[in-house]
Amino acid sequence: MRPGVWIALAVWVLTLVLAPAAFAQEGPPTDDQVNAIAKQLYCPVCENVPLDVCPTQACQQWRDTIREKLTAGWTEDQITQYFVDQYGARVLATPPATGLNWLVYLLPPLAFAGGAYLLVRALRAWRTPGGSKVAEAGPAPTEDRYVEQLERELRERT
Amino acid sequence: MIAQVGFFIILLSFGLSLYGAAAAGYGGWRGRPAFVESARHAMLLTFPLLSLGALTLIYLLVSGSFQVEYVASVTSRAMPIYLRVTALWGGQAGSLLFWSWLMAAFATAASARRWDRDRELLPWVILVTMGTLAFFLSLVVLFENPFLRLWQTADGQQIAALFQPRGTAPLVPFDGNGLNPLLRHPGMIIHPPMLYLGFVAFVIPFAFAIAALVTRRSDDRWIRITRRWTLFAWLFLSLGLILGMRWAYDVLGWGGYWGWDPVEVAALLPWLVGTPFLHSVIVQEKRGMLKQWNMVLIILTYSSVILATFLTRSGVFSSVHAFAQSAIGPMFFAFIGLTFAASMGLLISRWTDLHSENKLDSMFSREALFLLQNLIFMGIYIVCLWGILFPLISELFTGQKVTVGPPFYERATGPLWGVLLLLMGVAPLSVYGRASWQRLGTALWKPAAASLVLLAALLIGGMRNPAALLGCWLGGLVLAVTAYEFWRGARARHQRHGENFFLALARLAARNRRRYGGYIIHVGVVLMAIGIIGIEIFQTETQGQLALGEQLTLGRYVVTYDGLTQFDTPDDRNVARAVVSVYRDGRRLGELYPRRDFYYASQQSMTIPGVRSSLEDDLYILLVDWEQIAQQGATFKIYHNPLVNYVWLGGLVFIFGTLVAAWPEREQERMRQPVPARAALVEA
Amino acid sequence: MPETPPVPVNTEQAPPRPRRWGVILVWGLLLGLLAILGLGLIRSQQGPVGVGAMVPDFTLTTFDGGTIDIRELRGQVVVINFWASWCKPCEQEAAELEQAYQQYKDQGVAFLGVDYVDTDREAMAYLEKFGITYPNGPDLGTRISQAFRIRGVPETYIVGPDGQLAAIKIGPYQSLEEIVRQIETARAAGSPGG
Repeated sequence: MRPGVWIALAVWVLTLVLAPAAFAQEGPPTDDQVNAIAKQLYCPVCENVPLDVCPTQACQQWRDTIREKLTAGWTEDQITQYFVDQYGARVLATPPATGLNWLVYLLPPLAFAGGAYLLVRALRAWRTPGGSKVAEAGPAPTEDRYVEQLERELRERT
Repeated sequence: MIAQVGFFIILLSFGLSLYGAAAAGYGGWRGRPAFVESARHAMLLTFPLLSLGALTLIYLLVSGSFQVEYVASVTSRAMPIYLRVTALWGGQAGSLLFWSWLMAAFATAASARRWDRDRELLPWVILVTMGTLAFFLSLVVLFENPFLRLWQTADGQQIAALFQPRGTAPLVPFDGNGLNPLLRHPGMIIHPPMLYLGFVAFVIPFAFAIAALVTRRSDDRWIRITRRWTLFAWLFLSLGLILGMRWAYDVLGWGGYWGWDPVEVAALLPWLVGTPFLHSVIVQEKRGMLKQWNMVLIILTYSSVILATFLTRSGVFSSVHAFAQSAIGPMFFAFIGLTFAASMGLLISRWTDLHSENKLDSMFSREALFLLQNLIFMGIYIVCLWGILFPLISELFTGQKVTVGPPFYERATGPLWGVLLLLMGVAPLSVYGRASWQRLGTALWKPAAASLVLLAALLIGGMRNPAALLGCWLGGLVLAVTAYEFWRGARARHQRHGENFFLALARLAARNRRRYGGYIIHVGVVLMAIGIIGIEIFQTETQGQLALGEQLTLGRYVVTYDGLTQFDTPDDRNVARAVVSVYRDGRRLGELYPRRDFYYASQQSMTIPGVRSSLEDDLYILLVDWEQIAQQGATFKIYHNPLVNYVWLGGLVFIFGTLVAAWPEREQERMRQPVPARAALVEA
Repeated sequence: MPETPPVPVNTEQAPPRPRRWGVILVWGLLLGLLAILGLGLIRSQQGPVGVGAMVPDFTLTTFDGGTIDIRELRGQVVVINFWASWCKPCEQEAAELEQAYQQYKDQGVAFLGVDYVDTDREAMAYLEKFGITYPNGPDLGTRISQAFRIRGVPETYIVGPDGQLAAIKIGPYQSLEEIVRQIETARAAGSPGG
């Protein structure tokens, strides 16, 4: 074969051999990498405290567990799933969308839509078609109107 | 001895409040003014009595009377005097007493007015305020008595009781447990009182609303009377929440200020429904509309206050904010059920009385925009309420514990806050009654153009995040509209009266305090929004372990680890204090001292960050791990929080704006002069 | 620019009564809210599973990989101890629990250790430190601790041969005698005439 082909082949083989070594040489995960995953999880023991800021010894151990798993090459999803299996769904920041938990995500938009619908209906009911009518055409005599308005103003006077 | 006297004072107040509620109710129902007067006197007595009771407890706290159980649980010898006073609200029993004292104070203040024109409202106002007071005092008297003393039985057990049980000896502990270290921060000292002030102040408009419903009044008198109460209640509640955020930022050590913790959200609920109430009553005053809706809002506000107080104190949620578990839960539950059902039943029975005096003329009128704002706020309210209730529901029905955390709230409410910002920009330019989108557009185009210029500047400056761009653009719109309104008004005054610009501005605000005070408050909201956008979207962080002399880099900042000392302090804690130097762009800015305090008495530790604050950003440094200092160095976590100080600045602007809005107007006083001729005409 | 147009006099008829569905919806929501709060309150006041109640069913996967179903242990006295490696008070009773196990293992008393929200490495280190030989396993998904409604660790639940809880200890045992006393109570509870 031509020398060019040998060189290409050599490069190809070298890349294959060296690549895993290159990955392995990335070094231990930094604190930031651990925190990036811990940020998404909650402390299983202390309520409502995110895992990256929880100061207890147990949380420190969990962050170390994340570090171990990262070193072993686990992905973020795998680590998150591991925590869920070990400690339950409450370590996640939002409920997993299964079973009853769908209700959490469905109800607010539904309620909002319901409220918007009620609002539109109320607005329509209150509308005067074609602009405001200052006084309704009615049989009420003028004097009564003044007396009523007077009484109302007296009551409302600050 | 003193403790027993204190308890009897509280017991007496409890009796008076019960009597006051009952007498007022009877007097109002049967039309017996003598009973109502008697009830009023009973109410007026509760305030001095409860003040005396609170002072008694404060005296016991300050004098270190550890034989009283409450004193032993929240104070210690090492605590300074001012901190012992604030320990009044450091535990469940004391804070319930403090709540009750505020209720009595506000009820007295609300009744200190001339009732001539509103005599019929008085009995029901007394009933509601005294009823609420009686409830809270019942909790103190029956379950959470701060005056219980400690006694020791023959076999070494400790009992807490008011009077010496048989076969026990008095027990005077040498020292108390001391206040929870987390509560010893200045923000935490003012945060509960401020929050309680807001909560309790909202009871007053609620009382007047109930009174208006009972007496079948359909006018807006109750709104006018309680206008300033509502404004101040809103201000205190907002400040209470902001102070809580500041406390969390300074002391909880996660570089953030709001964690969407269920107890935090519960305290936010009254604000989420009190703010639309504040706006919606204006429509009723101006146009006689939305009467039923305003009743719904104030009932919801009061109910949310009681609900928030219940959730924080009953142990249903456990959180860093909550009190320890207590037996008051069932009582609260009964009270909630009773008041919710009674208010709603009353409103439904009076529904047809509250007919609207006007029709809606246009979808672009101010009334319509207020309604839209109300809808958006209610949307946020539902999201928050559902978010805190769902974990309970999940655990009850499936046994599975779940967390509803920040991603849920942020994604669900983010767009809604954006629409609110938009409305804040558009609505001030709208008119009541007949309005059209053309007219609105004509008024709006100049400020809108200015805001687009701002948007372009941000894009050119390199901002690319869509949420941040949208938020900043809308904030800019609000600022532009507000400035435009002020400028137009001042220019009109200048043209008509020849006043110079600043005088015109001042007179303008004085003439229409509510409107221009409101604009100032809106500016405060925009400032807070800018701060929130800065820290939520542009926050960066890093963590690393440093040996002495090593450095950590975050963006333009470089932090060098200079040293660490560890020592004990006279007030019973062990402090590990690190010294770091901060550089930006190569230039040395100064030193910071992040530290870790360990309190021996309660075996708790607190992380105090070292923070360098400027209007532009905060550099926030935490000492994370120091146990290994001897071997490997110290671990630091650094947060860069851009623009976060605008959040606190916004709070200050709230205060200024509320003062402008609530200041008594001279116009009003002039109008108060009686007009005998017309009165004679009507009464003849 | 005037803000308030002249207020027209209202001669409209009164609006309709609140619609029935509206009223029903509102009362329904209120009852729903009260039900949730009430149930939540009851649960928070409930405390752990009490003496006399049937032991909750559960399956424990041990660190060695085996599984133990509590139902298979019916007829024996079972000591179920909740612990964690990060729990300092748990260490106080660890050695005594192992001693009690050695004393009773040939007398038909089973010991189970349930590791509450812990990490495997620290848990194994803890077991090795105190020489614990009875079966231990992690409480996966915190299902077992939730079934017992524990408030913290350590807590110990002793089941009689009839499957009912005979004794409970919240907090660490102070002495071996205390453990023995509770086990004897459980054995007596199960025997006829006891």
